[in-house]
Amino acid sequence: MTNAPLLALNLADWLSLFLHYLLFSLLSVGGAITTAPEMHRYLVDQQHWLSEAQFSSSIAIAQTAPGPNILFVAVVGWNIGTNAGGLSTAFLGTLITMTGLLLPSTILSYLASRWVHENSELRAASAFKQGMKPIVIALICATGWILACAQTDPARNWSLWLLTASATLFFWRTKIHVLWLLAAGAILGWFGIV
Amino acid sequence: MGYMPGPNIVNLSLMIGGRYFGLSGAMAALGGLLIIPLVIVLLMSAAYAHYSDYPAVSGALRGMGSVAAGLIIATGIKLSSSLKFSPLGIPLCIVIGSICFACIALLRWPLAFVLPGLGSLTFILAYWKQKL
Repeated sequence: MTNAPLLALNLADWLSLFLHYLLFSLLSVGGAITTAPEMHRYLVDQQHWLSEAQFSSSIAIAQTAPGPNILFVAVVGWNIGTNAGGLSTAFLGTLITMTGLLLPSTILSYLASRWVHENSELRAASAFKQGMKPIVIALICATGWILACAQTDPARNWSLWLLTASATLFFWRTKIHVLWLLAAGAILGWFGIV
Repeated sequence: MGYMPGPNIVNLSLMIGGRYFGLSGAMAALGGLLIIPLVIVLLMSAAYAHYSDYPAVSGALRGMGSVAAGLIIATGIKLSSSLKFSPLGIPLCIVIGSICFACIALLRWPLAFVLPGLGSLTFILAYWKQKL
């Protein structure tokens, strides 16, 4: 992969990766995608374990594949592992990021779901839900923004921005299926138009 | 479930599996939801890594990445229509949302500070403002 860093990760690095994903899990209100900016900050900006291109392609591949988009977490882990050596570390990376992201939030949700279900009329529960809404929406928009910024070729930037802007408009205003627009983006990129 | 931490679809499957079949049902629902798509997406990643040296392939992924960014932004815009009924009121929601966006997208501050900070503020505001 272009510009992919070669890594020598030791036990402490893997442990640190796991601990960070445990934290991301607890921060993932509104879905795993809202922690993508935080993963980007940690993995690309701080640790340099992934290149910009690898980070954004991980999300693009997960959006294209069938299944919940939480799977971008698996692809990110897979790519860190690939950078660190090969197939066995790729599986290790996937295992660490997925269990790290799922463990705290699933335990919390499993225990809390009944409580919330039975107490949805409580003032505090409703205030929490209502208060989180604008924050979750802003986090989702910030994720899209960071992904759009991740394309680093300045000479071509304007056309990628235009593609992101028009894709936003299409998804917002029409009922066109996701795969059609992803295919259009792939074709434009394949022929070097964007 | 959007306001609980964790992927929504994962939380939903756990909730439904757990409600009808207990803990083992919750685990089965989660496995059923994730395993096959996980295998597919990893095969796709491995295939991409193998061919990413070809400019056309990495170009295609770059184009898809830009579209995916648009998809995520559009999701945020669509969700914002639910703020119409917020006890906080639309102007306050815009202010809070803009601050949050600036902190994360522009300043790139850690979510571990921004989320508890802004979250406790909006919790207090919503608690105080909502009608009983």
